Amino acid sequence: MEVFTSLTNSGPISVYVEDGKVVRIRPLAADESDFRPWTIEADGRRYSPPKKFTVAPYVLTERDRLYSEDRIRYPLKRVNFDPNGARNPEERGKAGYERISWDEALDIVAGEIKRVQGTYGPAAVSAMTSSHHNWGLVGYKISAFARFFNMIGYTAVVDNPDSWEGWHWGATHTWGFYWRLGMPEPYDMLEDALKHTEMIVFWSNDPDTTRGVYTGYDSAIWRQWLKEKGVTMVFIDPFHNYTAAAMGGKWLAPRPGTDTALAMAIAHVWITERTYDQRYVAERTTGFEDFKAYVLGQTDGVAKTPAWAALETGIPVRTIVALAREWARKRTMLAAGARGGEGGACRTAFGTEWARMMVLLQAMQGLGKPGVGIWGTAMGGPRDNSVWFPAYGDPDGRIAHSKVARVRPENPVTQRLYRPIVPDAILNSNISWLGEGFCNRSLDQQFTPFSYPMPGHPEVKLWYRYGGSFMGTMTNTSKWVRMYQSPKLEFVVNQDCWWSSETGYADIILPACTQLERDDIGEWGEPGGQSKGGSSGCNFRVVVRMKKCIDPLWESKSDYQIFSLLAQRLGREEDYTEGNSDIDWARKFFEISDLPQRISWEEFERKGYYIINVPEDYRATPALRWYAEGRTCDTPDPNNPKRLTDKGHELGTDSGKIEFLSQSLNRRAPDDNERPPVPHYLPSWEGHRTAQAARYPLHLISPHPRFSFHTHYDKHAAWLDDIPAHRVQKDGYAWWPARLHPSDAAARDIRDGDIVKLFNDRGTVLCIAVVTERVRPGVVHSYASSAKYDPLEPGKAGSPDRGGCVAILSPDRMLSKNVAGMASNSCLIDVAKWLLGRGP
Amino acid sequence: MTQYRMLIDVSRCIGCYNCYLACRDEHVGRDHRPLSAPQPESGHKWMAIREEERGTYPKVKMAHIPVPCQQCAEAPCIKAASDGAVYRRGDGIVVIDPDKASGQRALVEACPYGAIFWNEALSVPQKCTFCAHLLDSGWKEPRCVEVCPTQALVFADADDRGSAVVKPDSVRSAETLHPEFGMKPLVEYMNLPKPCLVGEVSFGDQVQVPAEDISVFLRRGDHVRIAVTDCFGDFEFDNLEAGAEYQLKIEQVGYRAHELRLRMQTDLDLGTIILDR
Repeated sequence: MEVFTSLTNSGPISVYVEDGKVVRIRPLAADESDFRPWTIEADGRRYSPPKKFTVAPYVLTERDRLYSEDRIRYPLKRVNFDPNGARNPEERGKAGYERISWDEALDIVAGEIKRVQGTYGPAAVSAMTSSHHNWGLVGYKISAFARFFNMIGYTAVVDNPDSWEGWHWGATHTWGFYWRLGMPEPYDMLEDALKHTEMIVFWSNDPDTTRGVYTGYDSAIWRQWLKEKGVTMVFIDPFHNYTAAAMGGKWLAPRPGTDTALAMAIAHVWITERTYDQRYVAERTTGFEDFKAYVLGQTDGVAKTPAWAALETGIPVRTIVALAREWARKRTMLAAGARGGEGGACRTAFGTEWARMMVLLQAMQGLGKPGVGIWGTAMGGPRDNSVWFPAYGDPDGRIAHSKVARVRPENPVTQRLYRPIVPDAILNSNISWLGEGFCNRSLDQQFTPFSYPMPGHPEVKLWYRYGGSFMGTMTNTSKWVRMYQSPKLEFVVNQDCWWSSETGYADIILPACTQLERDDIGEWGEPGGQSKGGSSGCNFRVVVRMKKCIDPLWESKSDYQIFSLLAQRLGREEDYTEGNSDIDWARKFFEISDLPQRISWEEFERKGYYIINVPEDYRATPALRWYAEGRTCDTPDPNNPKRLTDKGHELGTDSGKIEFLSQSLNRRAPDDNERPPVPHYLPSWEGHRTAQAARYPLHLISPHPRFSFHTHYDKHAAWLDDIPAHRVQKDGYAWWPARLHPSDAAARDIRDGDIVKLFNDRGTVLCIAVVTERVRPGVVHSYASSAKYDPLEPGKAGSPDRGGCVAILSPDRMLSKNVAGMASNSCLIDVAKWLLGRGP
Repeated sequence: MTQYRMLIDVSRCIGCYNCYLACRDEHVGRDHRPLSAPQPESGHKWMAIREEERGTYPKVKMAHIPVPCQQCAEAPCIKAASDGAVYRRGDGIVVIDPDKASGQRALVEACPYGAIFWNEALSVPQKCTFCAHLLDSGWKEPRCVEVCPTQALVFADADDRGSAVVKPDSVRSAETLHPEFGMKPLVEYMNLPKPCLVGEVSFGDQVQVPAEDISVFLRRGDHVRIAVTDCFGDFEFDNLEAGAEYQLKIEQVGYRAHELRLRMQTDLDLGTIILDR
C-alpha cells in the first residue's frame, strides 16, 4: 500500500493506493511532531486546536467520486454534429454521443478554433470556467486554462461576485475594502471574540454549512468553545440553519428580503434611546445626521420604528426592541455572512442596502473595539502571515501570470461577457452592464460601462465550457439551454472530469482527469489576492504537494495536457508549456515561495506537506482595532493601498471613514434611488408587496449547500445521496429536498416525503417535500447548487427538472438598476403535490 | 487489558456526517475479513445519524444523535446467532463473522438499536466493528472518530486511566441509549435530548415591551425549578421527565399570577403567555 498526499478545495488528504487503485481517503495524516498548535488565553482558560486537519464532509467521498459512473471516459462527439456538414445545433441536449479518438477530437477542436478565429477574429472564441472543481496552482481555472486562452486570445467571461453581491456593490461604498471585494479583513478575530465578545448575532450566516468557504471544519471547534463559554447566540435567518441547530440560542426569522427593515429598526431604537457609541460615530464616521434623519422619518415621513419593521419583517415589536437593547448592552459580534460578508440576504433585490446596514450597525456600536467586529466565525484564527506562499488569487500563483513563467501571454481581446447574462448576450445580442465583475481596484471600477458586442468586435461563435455547470447556481437558468441550442453558437466544447449539467450540450466532449491523477501544489484554504489570509480559517497553515496518486482513468488527461496538445496543433506548444511538465511548474512555485528557507524540495517531496506553524511570540492584531483606535493599519493586509502611507489610519472610502452617506455613491450616482447615498429600505421588486405574490405566495430561499461545493461532489459522489439533509431516496431516485412549514404543507395537502413541484412563470422543479418547523411559514428553503439537471424532456428548455436545480426558478433581474448582481433569494413560487404520470 | 469505549456527546454533534462518510470510505467495497465483509454502495448506515427536530416554530431545537453498533455486553445478536457467528472479543468489540453469519438474516431483527444491516448481494448481516481491523494494526481510533470536527465522538481504551472517556466529569453524566433495552452497551452518551418546555412571557397591557427577568417556577412534587426570562422574554426548562406532571407558575408584581398544569410527553412549546393585570 502506498500513501500519497493531496489537497482538495476543502481539506488536505492522504490517499492510500493498492494495486493502482485508490482504496482510502483520509484527512492528511501528518506526523504529530509537525504540529505546534497555537494557544489563545481568555478568561483564565487556554484554547488550543487538536493536532489534526478536519475536512468538509464531501472530501471523504473523493474515492467514490473518482470512480464515479459519471466520469467522462473517452473523447466524444455528438452523433448529429458534423464539423464539415450539418451541425444541428438545435439537437444539443437531445442527441447522443459517439466515442472518437483523442486525435480526432483534438483535430476538430483545434480546427474549429482556427476556423472561427480566422473567419471572425479571436474575440469570436469565448471560454468559461466554474469555480473550484479542483485545487492547485497548476490546475486551477485561472492557471492552465487562462494561460491557454490568454495565449490564443478570447472574449473572457467576467464573474459576478455571486456569493457576496451586496457586500461587493454596497458595503464597499460604506467601509472601502474594495481590495477585498467588500468583505472585511479577517485577522485575529477568534482571539478577539474569545476574549471580549458577549453575544454573537449570526445574520444570514450559517458557518457550520459554508465552513469559511475552503477551510473544512477546522472552525467548528471554535464555535463550540464560544458556546461552552456561554456567549449568547442569536440567529437571523428565515431558515433555522445548521449553526443555529448546533449552537442553540434565539432564532429570528424575518420575511425574506426585509432584513434591511429590521436593521433600520434596530438603528431607530439606538438613536431614540441614545444607546449607540456617539463618540465613535462623531470621530470615525461621516454623514450620520443624514442617516438619522432617514431613520427617524424626517426625509420621507416614515419613521423606521420597530412597529414599522414588525409589519415588514413579521417579527414582533418586542422582539426587535429586545434584540436592539441587548445588542447595545453587550459587546456584540456581528457574524453577517460566512466571512463577515456573504449570506443569502445580500443576494436579494437591493441586497446592497442590507450589507451597508450591517457595517453601519456595527459602526454605531464601535466597530473594531474589543469584541465588536464583523466576523463570520470561520476565519481569523492565528496565522503566521510572514511566510509567503503563492495562492491562485495572486498573479504569482498561476502559470498564466506568474514570474515562474518566462512569458506571460496577455489576452489581446478587450471584449467581455458577463457570467449571469451570457445566454442573454448570445440569444439577444446588444447587452450592457456596469462594472467589471470583481471590482478590486477602486470604487469607481463599479461604474465602468460594458457592452456586448463591443464596437468593432464579433459576436461569440465558439463556446468552450470547462468544469462544472451553472444550471444549479445562476438565475433563471433555463436560458442556458436555449443559448446552447442557438445556431449562433457554431461550435461548443465541454471539458470536464464528470458529466455535469451542461456537458450534454456540447458538440465535442473532452475527458479531463481529476487532481488525484496529476501533479500539483497548493496551500489549504488560501485564495490569496482579494481573500488574503483565507487560510486563517484553518487551525494549521499547510502547503501540500498534490501527488499523482494513480494514472489517469480510462482515456482522461490532465487539463494541462489537453491544453498542451491543443497548443501543439495550433503551433504554440512551446509558447504554452515552455518545456515544463505540471510537476516542473509545481516545483517552480515552491522555489519562488518562502518554503525553501524552511524545507528542501527533496524533503518536501518526500513528506508531501509542510505545516507553517504559528511562532511562539505571535502577537495578535485584530481586524480594524487600528481603525477604532485611530492608529495606522497594523494588520498584515498587503492589498490595502493606504497601508504604509501617511493615510494608513484611513479606510478605503472617499473620506477614509465609515460613511453613513456614501461619498462615492453621491459622486457617481447621486440620483440612484435604488442604491441611494444614504442606505434605504426598499421592498423587493419580487416579494410580499408585489403583484406576483397573489399567484405565487411562497418565498423561495436557496442558500449555499451543506453537502456539496457549488455543484461539485453532488451527483458525482453517490454516497451523498444517502444523507437525508442532502438528497432523499424515493422510488429509486435521489430527490433534492424542499423544506416547508407544516402550515403551508397542510394548506396544499402535502405530506413529508411527497414529491412536489416548485413552480412559477420561469419554470418547474421537482423536489421531495420535507415538512419542518425549521422554516418560517410562507418560506420554502431549498439549497442552490444541485448538480443534477434532469428535465423530464431532455433538451427542452422549461421542461420540469427533477434534479433539483431550483436556480431555474430564480429571477434574472439585476439586483438594482446600477448593480449588476444577482438576486436569487428574491423569488416567489408556489408548491403543489406532483402527481406522477399526470404531467404538470 | 484493553477495553474499548466510545463516548458520544450529543450536544457537540453538529450533524456534519463526516463520521458516516468516513465509514463509507473505509468499508464500501473494502474487504476486511475475518472482521467485516465489504459494505454495499448504498443503504447501510453502520454509523447512523438520528435527526431529532424538537419544538415548534420559532422555538426549534435540533439534535443529531450518532448511533453506531452499541457493542453491547449483553448483545442480543450473539444470542440470536447460530454457529457462533457473532462473538465478543476480549477488548469488548462485538464481531459478526461474515462467513459464519452467511444467510443469518434474523440477526438484523435481533438488534433493538437497528444497527445491523442486511447485505443482499453477499447474503450477510453487517455492522460497525469500531474499525477493528485498523485498531488491530495499531490505529488509535476508528475512522469516524478521527474525522469528527468537534470531539463529539471520543474513543479510548477504558483501561487507560488517562483517556478522555474515563475522566470523572464525563463519567458522571454519561448514560446509555435506551437503557430500557438492558443491553449494557460499550457506547455511552452525554446530553441525550430529554423533554423540554419553552415559552415566552409578555405583558398584556404593554405587548411591545420585552418581558425580561421574570421568574418562572416549575414544580414537580416538592421539587421546584426556577427559570428567569431572558431579554426576549423567553424561558426554558430542559431535561424534564417524560410522562411526569408539572405545575408551572409565573408571578409578577402588579399582574395576576399565571398557573397551569401540564404533563410532559414530548417537547412542549407553550407559545406566548400573556400576563394580565
